[in-house]
Amino acid sequence: MPESARSLFRPPFRNYQFDLAYDEMFEGPGLPRPHYQALFQTLLELPPEEMRKSQQAADLSFLHQGITFTVYGNDEGTERVFPNDLLPRIIPNQEWRKIESGLTQRIAALNLFLDDVYHGGRILADGIVPRELVYSCKHFRREMRNLTVPRGIYVSICGTDLVRLPDGSFAVLEDNLRVPSGVSYMLANRKVLKKVFPTLFRDYGVCPVDHYAQALLATLRALSPHSSSRHEPTVVLLTPGVFNSAYFEHTFLAQQMGIELVEGRDLLVHDNVVYMRTTAGLKRVDVIYRRVDDDFLDPLCFRRDSSLGVPGLFNAYRAGSVVLANAVGTGVADDKAVYAYVPAIIRYYLGEEPILPNVETYLLSDKSQRNYVLENLSELVVKAVGESGGYGMLIGPHSTAEQREEFRLRILAEPRNYIAQPTLSLSRAPCFLEGEAQARHVDLRPYILYGENVTLVPGGLTRVALRRGSLVVNSSQGGGSKDTWVLRA
Amino acid sequence: MLSRVADSLYWMSRYLERAEHTARLIDVDLQLRLDQSPEAGSGRWRRLLESLQAPHPEDGVIDATTLTHILTLDKTNSSSIISCVAAARENLRQVREQCSTEMWEQLNRLYLQVNSTTASEAWLLHSYVFFRAVREGAHLFQGVTDSTMSHGEGWQYIQLGRFVERTDAVARLIGAYFSRLPYSHDHSLDQAVESEEYLEWVGLLKSCAAFEAYCKKYTAELRPLRVAEFLLLNPEFPHSVRFSVDKVHGALQAIAELTERKAEQPVRLAGRLRATLSFSQIDEVMASGASTYVESVRQQCGQAHTAIHQIYFDYPVEAELAF
Repeated sequence: MPESARSLFRPPFRNYQFDLAYDEMFEGPGLPRPHYQALFQTLLELPPEEMRKSQQAADLSFLHQGITFTVYGNDEGTERVFPNDLLPRIIPNQEWRKIESGLTQRIAALNLFLDDVYHGGRILADGIVPRELVYSCKHFRREMRNLTVPRGIYVSICGTDLVRLPDGSFAVLEDNLRVPSGVSYMLANRKVLKKVFPTLFRDYGVCPVDHYAQALLATLRALSPHSSSRHEPTVVLLTPGVFNSAYFEHTFLAQQMGIELVEGRDLLVHDNVVYMRTTAGLKRVDVIYRRVDDDFLDPLCFRRDSSLGVPGLFNAYRAGSVVLANAVGTGVADDKAVYAYVPAIIRYYLGEEPILPNVETYLLSDKSQRNYVLENLSELVVKAVGESGGYGMLIGPHSTAEQREEFRLRILAEPRNYIAQPTLSLSRAPCFLEGEAQARHVDLRPYILYGENVTLVPGGLTRVALRRGSLVVNSSQGGGSKDTWVLRA
Repeated sequence: MLSRVADSLYWMSRYLERAEHTARLIDVDLQLRLDQSPEAGSGRWRRLLESLQAPHPEDGVIDATTLTHILTLDKTNSSSIISCVAAARENLRQVREQCSTEMWEQLNRLYLQVNSTTASEAWLLHSYVFFRAVREGAHLFQGVTDSTMSHGEGWQYIQLGRFVERTDAVARLIGAYFSRLPYSHDHSLDQAVESEEYLEWVGLLKSCAAFEAYCKKYTAELRPLRVAEFLLLNPEFPHSVRFSVDKVHGALQAIAELTERKAEQPVRLAGRLRATLSFSQIDEVMASGASTYVESVRQQCGQAHTAIHQIYFDYPVEAELAF
């Protein structure tokens, strides 16, 4: 870490520190950015005791509401409250507009890519994306070839992780095109913040996010195979069940949308039609917003040991009588090695320059890049291509020699399975910790919906690496979140 | 409504009712204990265990502290208060999107409170506070449910669960009392009980939250026959068997209507039981034996439960697809 400059603020900023990372709130010591000025003033005037009380009240309300997530591989009580930080992250409208157009462009291109990969494979024939890269991808589904999905939309719900680099520009860190989660925390954070800073919130003119559930429902309905007929399509949310880490979110979204939350055992397939078992008999299902991974969807087609899925579901899907959102096999486009080609994918299908850049990425299947990475493991971040949630990662500067050796061997054994990126200095934002404001690294996950058209609710989930100095924001790795305010003007 | 959801709501409600019932029974017992010699209380313990269908200790020695622990905070006993509250919460957690946010928060709060209670707080120091918290938590949940949830199908399953459980529990309690009558046989059932037995009968009424309501109807003069009549056949008191069966029947009728199912079996079973209770005379009941009578009530209630399960929760799919 570079030499930190100590600022000369009054409380709660007395110990606020800067480093090379972009600071979301301050241009320099003692100098808040214009859009943070009002929050800065409020915090100077607010007794720390008040903030602490608000934080306690917020924590308690999260606990009582059961806004928890499950940590895997941890024996003591599986439920944990998702830590929430009270200081909002503020994004000026102009910056947001650029993010919005960049993400709209990206989801359009990625959907065209998926459609192409599962049909003609033009982009592979033209040598833009290497054929073997796609076919060796763990999430490539042969079963999806030549299957037409409604409106040609494979990814209708997407959560893209953005980071802000030291020069203040946003870059895409990864696309989550399978079953992205976290949107319920965005909505819960907003609810809490409106209680804690009502006046500030009103005076700031913050774009609302509460219509997310309605937009999601509209997106799902737009995919229905029977939307033209008289009856309203029956949409359900398929959850792996109460032990899934995002179960709270599944219940929350189902409730907000007013649709049934089903588990695999509630559904059955007969003559390629999907039914749910209700007290009034069997009811036909048209669209399934599934929060179950491809592997577990249908034991007849994918993993046989899955008890979460529905036997025969994939055949019904192939027959077109039911829609799955997202489609099966979208993971091929958020594979971390394919990610490196997304700028080329955008240029290929849209003939446009990418609005949001990628982060520099080394492909370890390439010999010269691999050699460079292996020589510089202590500087780089290494990620497994098919993983998410912060699992299977090596952060060079924070690693031990044994960990590096372990990854070196893993990379040599399966180079296709890993990529490397420079250790990014994610931007930092003030968080209220230990009774004062402290700078912590943050990222941003906006949620993109693609049905009849592309919809983004302004903002998204700002995730925070709560441990001092940590760069990992994932909830499973000690991360938290804060509300994100996109300003109306 | 999904069958699994209906099943969860039903059981959630049963478990919560069970926790409340157990809390009341133990609380009443601990209160009575203060007024009695240790010997007088031990017979009641046996009855308590019987009415809760809890296992008797193997060595036959009944130690109040151990027993209270087994029935309240022992997680290995599936019918302890803590297990029941946890099971109720787990059931509701699986159908969270079906209940109102307020309901979930209330039940979750009760769970967190019970879970953070230590043995010393629970009954050695502040037993009154603990048991009241459980009862109040359950009452609050019912109130919140009634005023924040649509009184549609889901609500009816909650009603159903509560009153099926209550019918069974109160009937069992009455059975346990009348099978081991604490008074001598030359004493008529229609006379005021003697002073040394007075507390036992107060205990029975209080275990059903019925003491005050009984006094309003019959004055504070306790006669076993009247106590039995009140707890079994009173149509207005919410913890009487008849009242509970009325509610079970009502909920089943509503569900049959809402689901538009030809579900004659559960409605018929509950309706028959309702009729029996409506037209029973207490002296006839006592003449044929109170224990026999409540046993038959419980059996019919159990049949209704099975029928509900077969029609709404776990029906054979083949028959449905044939339509």
